[in-house]
Amino acid sequence: MTEAEMVPIYIMGKRYTVPGALTIMGALEYAGYKLIRGVGCRAAFCGACATVYRIEDDPKLYVGLACGTQVQPGMHLTQIPFYPAERAQYRLDELEPTFATLVKLYPQVLKCLGCGTCTKSCPQDLQVKDYMAAAMRGDIARLADLSFDCIMCGMCVSRCPAEEAQPNIAILGRRLYGRYLAPKAQHLAERVAEIEQGEYDDELAQMKALPEAELRQRYNTRDIEPE
Amino acid sequence: MDGYTPAMRESIKKVEATRPARLRETWPMMTPAEKQEILQRFHPDYKPEGMRALKVGPGKGMRTPHELADLLEAHSLLRQEELDLENIDYDTDVLIIGAGGAGSAAALLARQEGAKVLMVTKLRHGDANTMMAQGGIQAADKATDSPTHHYLDVMGGGHFTNDPDLVEALVRDAPEVIAWLEGLGCMFDKEPDGTLITIHGGGTSRMRMHSARDYSGAEIMRTLRDEVRSYPEDITVIEFAPAVELIMDDRGQVAGAVLLNLETGEHCVVRAKATIIATGGSGRLHYQDFATTNHYGATADGVVLAYRVGADVSFLDTMQYHPTGAAHPTQIVGLLVTEKVRGLGAQVCNIDGNQFVYPRETRDVEASAIIRECVEREKGVVTPSGFTGTWLDSPMIDLIHGPGTIQKELPAMVRQFARFGVDIIRDPMLIYPTLHYQNGGVTLKPDGSTSVPNLFGAGEISGGVHGRNRLMGNSLLEVTVYGRRAGRAAGRRAREVTLGTLTLSHVERWEKEIAEAGIETDVSSPLILPDYTRHGR
Repeated sequence: MTEAEMVPIYIMGKRYTVPGALTIMGALEYAGYKLIRGVGCRAAFCGACATVYRIEDDPKLYVGLACGTQVQPGMHLTQIPFYPAERAQYRLDELEPTFATLVKLYPQVLKCLGCGTCTKSCPQDLQVKDYMAAAMRGDIARLADLSFDCIMCGMCVSRCPAEEAQPNIAILGRRLYGRYLAPKAQHLAERVAEIEQGEYDDELAQMKALPEAELRQRYNTRDIEPE
Repeated sequence: MDGYTPAMRESIKKVEATRPARLRETWPMMTPAEKQEILQRFHPDYKPEGMRALKVGPGKGMRTPHELADLLEAHSLLRQEELDLENIDYDTDVLIIGAGGAGSAAALLARQEGAKVLMVTKLRHGDANTMMAQGGIQAADKATDSPTHHYLDVMGGGHFTNDPDLVEALVRDAPEVIAWLEGLGCMFDKEPDGTLITIHGGGTSRMRMHSARDYSGAEIMRTLRDEVRSYPEDITVIEFAPAVELIMDDRGQVAGAVLLNLETGEHCVVRAKATIIATGGSGRLHYQDFATTNHYGATADGVVLAYRVGADVSFLDTMQYHPTGAAHPTQIVGLLVTEKVRGLGAQVCNIDGNQFVYPRETRDVEASAIIRECVEREKGVVTPSGFTGTWLDSPMIDLIHGPGTIQKELPAMVRQFARFGVDIIRDPMLIYPTLHYQNGGVTLKPDGSTSVPNLFGAGEISGGVHGRNRLMGNSLLEVTVYGRRAGRAAGRRAREVTLGTLTLSHVERWEKEIAEAGIETDVSSPLILPDYTRHGR
């Protein structure tokens, strides 16, 4: 297919002809939509534009991000810009990084069927089922690692027969990991204390007071840390 | 599917042929004089026809891109509306306009000061440029580094035009901000012993770029958002409700805003003891027809609102063009290719596979060199859809750091290109500068206040921190440092202020001023969202 070739697509059942090189989002706009819902960063980082589609003569349901999926001839599509998923109420600093915490806040974790529908519906190609299995084992480090690239579009939630809230369980896991389980940066704590104690006050004040010519000279001759 | 054409494949062979030699030798940095010359000749900020002097308002006489000037010199969206300001829909201590990184950080700190917070946004909470920042966040927290080194890098990167007090606050707060985020559960990349992994960015003299894979901004944004959602009794968030005008009181203080429900078209009135503007940048204005890395909502709304109540502005004539936007495949033209790719060692090459620029010049210089290579020297690669770009030799990264590094460090980039048939582990990426960041904006003081009483600002909306050019990793830093500062100051202000009677008289005054300045326009602003209908962008 050349870039200029026009293709037929169906937006919520209505037929339009659009340039085949466009993304689904570009095609919606080309067809005349001014988007308010179902559009965000337009670069596959925000999860606003999850789309469900089917190709003619193919019964399978596909998912994709409207900004990250090229249109295909015969595509039938609809956007899922918002899907209501439960978010438990908690304050991170009152929690413990344990299996008990996960289950207390999200009891449905234990109801996961392991069917893998979530994995099949992830536009980021994450192993959602595997991170849910990690959650069921209380392996918070693995839950955090496997779910890290989640953009929270909610497609897995929309397809889950056990009514899990995978992205919300995942972010709880990552925050528990980041705060409690990841090793602390000792050098960072030390630097914060040094700054609080005023250790850099004098040299910063001196640097700020330099005439511009002198500052330029320092900048142009500064040493660059080797890699 | 191969995302590259046979002609592009021929050029890639040349890139591969020069790679072994290039692994041993990197193109030297430019001298200060060479940098100045290339900026003058090739950087879009230096094109006189791209700008005009503002005719009205607090920035009268300032050079500004036409696209932004059109919105600053425009009518109010409320000029035909009858609004009853005594009918207050929301009464709050602190109103935050914009719910990205800066707004969310501000909400948390304002709450800590005891304020009830209302945060409003035109799309969803977290729909912001912060979410899209990939490469990292700077902070001088290593033994070889210091806030003073960071200060010098920032000033030099901004060509010594930055406000020194704002830069000092930025570099001084940086380690504390990283520690704050670590405590909120942000998963920064670390060594097994907890040492934060840091690399170079363009213009850094020390390796102080912290990252979270290449989802650094997303990790910070979703963490802050989740934290905000932990305090629903103190922080209320309203989505799809942009502010279309600030409200003043009869004492000359900002006292809230008028919101527009994007879906029903209704207006509502917010009264607030202190107001923070954190609406982000303006890449969606597509200055000089550049493609942009920016979020759909980046339309300069906050600068327009602040300008109309008389807030001082600065550096409105300087935008950042990120050196490496995608130039191919066509579906991702203009999207960000993180500077982390160069931070990890990838070089920039022309159609013949030859280097022509040091890979980590400051962004303005690097972008200018790439434009020169394509436009003047005609050594760019032309794509099937008519764009031109140079190569960014990503496969070098695995050769330098070991197989698997690209997949581990740049998963978002791998995915972005793979969606359209390009494997950046095996093949280089084609890039061209793209509109990335608004260096200037509403002039801030170090506590996040502006020249107008009760009005605060934070994030990309602001002007002065970066001078004429921002370094990589200082925007995520700015949104968190100044979000926190503005939130704290606004929360404190809300405790002491007494508001008078609400008024929109400044809107009438504004309409009179633009008429007197002889401005004839059919534009009303803020823009709220760009219009791509039937563009096929």
